[in-house]
Amino acid sequence: MFDYATLKLIWWLLVGVLLIGFAIMDGHDMGVGTLLPFLGKDDTDRRVMINSVAPHWDGNQVWFITAGGAVFAAWPLVYATAFSGLYWALLLVLFALFFRPVGFEYRSKLPNPAWRKGWDWGLFAGSAVPALVFGVAFGNLFQGVPFDLDDSMRSSYSGSFWALLNPFALLCGVVSLSLLTLQGATFLSHRVEGPLQRRTILAARVCGVVLLVSFSLAGMWVARMEGYVLESIPDVRGVLTPLMKEVGRAPGGWFANFNNFPQLWIIPVLAYAGVGVVLACIGSGWTLLSFVASSVACVSVILTAGVALFPFVLPSSTHPDVSLTAWDATSSQLTLTVMLWVALIFTPVVLAYTSWAYRVMAGKITRDYIAANDKQLY
Amino acid sequence: MINETVVDLSRLQFAATALYHFLFVPLTLGLSWLLVIMEAAYVMSGKEVYKDMTRFWGKLYGINFALGVTTGITMEFQFGTNWAYYSHYVGDIFGAPLAIEGLMAFFLESTMVGLFFFGWNRLSKAGHLTVTTLMALGTNLSAVLILIANGWMQDPVGSAFNPVTMRMELTDFAALVFNPVAQSKFVHTVSAGYVTGSLFVLGISSWYLLKGQHVEFARRSFRIAAAFGLAGTASVIVLGDESGYSVGEAQRSKLAAIEAMWETEPAPAGFNLIAIPNEARQANDFELRIPYVLGLIATRSTSEVIPGIKEIREKNRQRIESGIQAVIALEGMRKNPQDEAARAAFKAHEKDLGYGLLVKKYVEDPRQATPEIIHKAAMDSVPRIAPLFWSFRVMVGLGIAMLALMVVAFWHSVKGTFQNKPWLLKWALYSIPLPWIAIEAGWFVAEYGRQPWTVFGVLPTHLSASSLSVESLWGSIAGFVGFYSLLLVAEMYLMFKYARLGPSVLHAKTA
Ligand code: HDD
Ligand code: HEM
Ligand code: HEM
Repeated sequence: MFDYATLKLIWWLLVGVLLIGFAIMDGHDMGVGTLLPFLGKDDTDRRVMINSVAPHWDGNQVWFITAGGAVFAAWPLVYATAFSGLYWALLLVLFALFFRPVGFEYRSKLPNPAWRKGWDWGLFAGSAVPALVFGVAFGNLFQGVPFDLDDSMRSSYSGSFWALLNPFALLCGVVSLSLLTLQGATFLSHRVEGPLQRRTILAARVCGVVLLVSFSLAGMWVARMEGYVLESIPDVRGVLTPLMKEVGRAPGGWFANFNNFPQLWIIPVLAYAGVGVVLACIGSGWTLLSFVASSVACVSVILTAGVALFPFVLPSSTHPDVSLTAWDATSSQLTLTVMLWVALIFTPVVLAYTSWAYRVMAGKITRDYIAANDKQLY
Repeated sequence: MINETVVDLSRLQFAATALYHFLFVPLTLGLSWLLVIMEAAYVMSGKEVYKDMTRFWGKLYGINFALGVTTGITMEFQFGTNWAYYSHYVGDIFGAPLAIEGLMAFFLESTMVGLFFFGWNRLSKAGHLTVTTLMALGTNLSAVLILIANGWMQDPVGSAFNPVTMRMELTDFAALVFNPVAQSKFVHTVSAGYVTGSLFVLGISSWYLLKGQHVEFARRSFRIAAAFGLAGTASVIVLGDESGYSVGEAQRSKLAAIEAMWETEPAPAGFNLIAIPNEARQANDFELRIPYVLGLIATRSTSEVIPGIKEIREKNRQRIESGIQAVIALEGMRKNPQDEAARAAFKAHEKDLGYGLLVKKYVEDPRQATPEIIHKAAMDSVPRIAPLFWSFRVMVGLGIAMLALMVVAFWHSVKGTFQNKPWLLKWALYSIPLPWIAIEAGWFVAEYGRQPWTVFGVLPTHLSASSLSVESLWGSIAGFVGFYSLLLVAEMYLMFKYARLGPSVLHAKTA
């Protein structure tokens, strides 16, 4: 059906789609979790916030799980190298995520205020830490990660966990944290009312501004950074391994794709437009539009980073030639083909029942609703 | 060479987290169908008590489900974090069912579980029942897909080694999906889940009956659980026999170890009911055997010969020698793709490549493998006998014990006399832990019995691990133990509290 090179490109896009799906869907419940201790002034407020995402957070988290599975299936070497190399970063995300399922499910099962407060902070950690690390990881991709591959394709990593937390990466962390929190705030503003909604709108404005500033700063930083460029690679339609190419570094190299295809500048511009719409509309009751605009910002921010990096997926700072790219770190043609069919069939089905679930649960969550359904809600 | 301690700790961590994940999985698998049955009874009869049953057992389901999800995410990450070379080497095949599981199963179960809890007043009766059914379907689908992945590790069909990319690649997707080992694993494992769900409901209902509380509720729960449990136990046993057959086909070494069968016997082989295996002597110090039975289970015939451990080790020694040639030829081919001699040698020995890799546990360069090293590797090629022999018997013994309970419980539930049989109610109550013990033993048999391989005959365990430091592993193990212990305490506390409160919790003002 498709030749191997096209399949490789499609899978780069599909992994992007899953990451974007994660940012839009899990992003909004993580955003709500991040805001939970700050906007929820009393237990009822907090339950309002939690119950706005309670029926959906688990389904949303599957975007994350499926993105992991898809990277495993489509880019096994990336899954292997990144996950083992960034061992402690991954475990940090994992341990933070532990708080979510139990936090949601157990928090309101006991009336004890200390128990509930404890889980609220657990939900905060389970939301804010992954949102932050997500950006920190992207920041490190831009700088390259110190790893090598031997002839049998065994990877070895020579960096430390603390080196991941450098200033540029942390700036990217601020981008992703403010992006997902904005996503949460716009979602929440649509689902709640009264004073809580007013605080939510304020939070959305703050996040929007932080996002614009940090995104712009990160862009300027990347412009001066040494990017990676492919100097030679065998025919990308063939069976490749990361050991077959040459990679160089050049200042501004990460802007090469934008400079070669200026149409692509529309992508970062849309990020600004999305946040602009949120800032302009959220105060005037256009809450649904604000959520959509914030989702557009998610799409554009992630795509901006992806396009800048393309075709690199995991550049190596110590051995640039073995950097993993979308051309040479993929699965076999048969696996990519089979998985493409699976994705084409099931993604629409998933989207269909997910939107049905949101429709069933639509409407404002109020304090009265919490009081009336005390035993049934989270 | 890979640090031996890192490999051992990685195994320990994987085993611990997987066994822990599987404390919660079987209850989810079984309870979800029980909820469907109870809710269907509600929709058909309109009796509120069935709705209360669905909602109350659903609460306990939710408490368990949360930890199933929490511990599942760990499993999803761990192939990459701790088994990086494995992920590279077989990700082309193994990653596919994992990704499909997310797309097909996890989305479904996780979306529906939200509607199950929060959709009671927003969906019609039939609509809500549909949601519950889809949720049950989702959990069971997730079991199919992960067991396809696991079945492939036990019997790697539909794939071939690619010397350019240095990994196994998919050649036949249908063979992967319809792998008979995966099928028998799936049916055996989900039935084990059904047994677990049933005994859980049966035991807790019995406790209410013993105390004379919530009688109407408990009576009906007991009956449903007894019927479903009887079917589940019968099928776990029948299908366990099927698993035995497929192990006999695919993994002679595991079968021989489970049976502590050192010597090849004339067909049909006998079954050791009890034995005291002695590794040093390669014989049993004591055995109590039933003639013919093993031959019938493992081969379904009276004439096929089942090889014993000694013979398997000897055959594997030859395969290791041949495999060493494959490893050497592969290195030659990779250095110089034009090397025709290496290419020919590789072709000749390719099917033993995995066996050649077994010596890498002892020497970096297989050319230096001495006869002693080859002998050691051949000895390793059958796992230790005693742990397998006994854990298998624990599983089977408990299966028979639970069958007895279910038969009696079902009998009295048909007659309607179970309420005034305290001995039966106590028996059911104290049997609650049994399915969990059987299940953990079963996984131990399946996974430890696969050693020294992660992918049977293809990739040895000691090559599969990531290149991590010993400190990192101790750190992560400590983290898992700490977190998981705390979570378990919270879970058990809530589970006991809600089970004690019983269905009244649905209506009371404060819990
Ligand atoms: C036979 C069944 C079975 C087996 C062998 C496994 N699991 Fe599992 N898993 C389930 C059956 C299941 C389930 C029944 O679907 C769970 C358990 C309870 C639950 O909430 O869903 C689940 C949850 C669950 C989740 C969370 C899904 C969600 O958010 O809804 C993940 C990511 C995994 N599992 C991944 C794994 C991996 C990578 C395994 C391999 C080592 C594994 N599981 C073994
Ligand atoms: C949830 C149920 C499971 C349990 C309880 C379980 C149990 C175990 C145990 C006890 C070990 C250690 C064996 C040893 O090192 O001696 C192990 C290893 C392993 N299992 Fe499983 N397992 C489960 C499911 C799976 C599945 C579904 C897969 C793959 C899809 C899998 C893949 C592995 C791998 C990669 C290892 C590590 C390598 C090894 O030691 O062989 N396991 N598991
Ligand atoms: C009584 C007769 C039983 C027989 C003959 C039997 C047989 C087997 C065999 C041969 C295996 C290993 C399969 C492999 O290595 O691939 C196995 C695994 C397993 N058993 Fe059993 N079993 C029985 C009862 C039970 C019971 C009562 C339970 C739990 C309630 C149970 C749960 C499991 C589980 C969870 C596994 C691991 C998954 C798998 O490999 O299928 N078994 N069983």
